[in-house]
Amino acid sequence: MTANTLATVKGSSIISALNHASVQTVVALPDIVTCAGLLWPLSKDPNIRLIPVCKEDEGISICAGLSYCNQRSVLLIQHTGFLDSLNAIRAIAVEYQLPIVMLVGLQGMEPDGRDPSESDHLGIRIIQPICEAMRLTTYLIINDASAQMLSSEIEKAYEFSQPVVFLITQHLSAD
Amino acid sequence: MLARDEALKVLAAHYTDGITVGVYQSIFDWMQIRPHPLNYLCTGAMGQAASHGLGIAIGAPNEKVVVLDGDGSLLMNLGCLFTIGHAAPENLVHFVIHNRTYEVNGDFPILGSKVLLFEEIARIAGYRHTFVFSEIVEFKLMIKHILELAGPVFVNLHVEPGESYRQDYVAIHSSESRAIFRSALHARLFGHQPENEPSKTSPDYSANEFHQ
Ligand SMILES: Cc1ncc(C[n+]2csc(CCOP(=O)(O)OP(=O)(O)O)c2C)c(N)n1
Repeated sequence: MTANTLATVKGSSIISALNHASVQTVVALPDIVTCAGLLWPLSKDPNIRLIPVCKEDEGISICAGLSYCNQRSVLLIQHTGFLDSLNAIRAIAVEYQLPIVMLVGLQGMEPDGRDPSESDHLGIRIIQPICEAMRLTTYLIINDASAQMLSSEIEKAYEFSQPVVFLITQHLSAD
Repeated sequence: MLARDEALKVLAAHYTDGITVGVYQSIFDWMQIRPHPLNYLCTGAMGQAASHGLGIAIGAPNEKVVVLDGDGSLLMNLGCLFTIGHAAPENLVHFVIHNRTYEVNGDFPILGSKVLLFEEIARIAGYRHTFVFSEIVEFKLMIKHILELAGPVFVNLHVEPGESYRQDYVAIHSSESRAIFRSALHARLFGHQPENEPSKTSPDYSANEFHQ
């Protein structure tokens, strides 16, 4: 895929997938990739309870606590915050086998359709190998179709009580 | 003087049947002072207890949730005080067991712990009520009132170690203890057992495929 053919992803597609998967809560720390297109609209959505956090690993635990009460949530963060939270993800999401759903913006990802593992940026290049090492199921959100499969993968995460990571490769559009 | 186990016994006498999320030496003591299926043994990653408590408090708004935090653990994630102050769950009571050391990791002293006013940070962060105790008599007098208040409530307990309790790491790391907690919580909240338990339904995570 080239820069010319790279599709845009609408924040509204992600919101409708979250609604479809009965996600009631979004725990978030702002990420430039998703802030305008997703976080701001979510903050105004009456169907979503938004819990802002001061550090991303808090969000892993908040989502864990909610999952014990049968409440569905997602954690919306940047890849930097994902990297910062690895020990909490390792213990709480992976080893405790909890349905922690992470939407991770790849800040600085080149907009030319290449795979994140081929990014010029070390912080992005290492994300998929880290997910693989941690046995985290990982998906790329590269267009509206892949945004729509979010809801079925969130269903699966809750059905099997296991974490899942969605990597958002480009800035989301606001509608 | 406030011995940790004496303080926990006072709490247990007034908080007999509720959800507790605890860490390290405090949860080791608590498991023996108040054994209960609604004790969540939160470890593996320091600094996460209050955030677990917040998630449960929001998910179970009609249940009281007591967090037994460590001072070393809380110091790692002070931002969680602001997150909780903002989310403002009325049913959350956050204790920090302020023993000034990383007790279970060799009793090494915690930087700044002698001067740290956790309760001041909690107050600024938006907790509705904050308390600090270093004497058992005063704590005994106030505990009933503390548990009746609408939260979030923060209680800083300046403790001495007290009697030594067994450090049951097997229990706190076991998937069984989490399954017991989940079952008890679901029975309390929904009147039935959980539908999706990791140990029963999850594929072995080491066998997962890597997807793109
Ligand atoms: C992120 C992280 N760093 C270090 C550790 C190692 N560790 C486990 S328990 C502990 C001490 C905990 O101190 P505190 O929270 O004050 O509880 P106490 O032992 O005093 O009960 C340490 C340093 C860990 N589990 N997680």
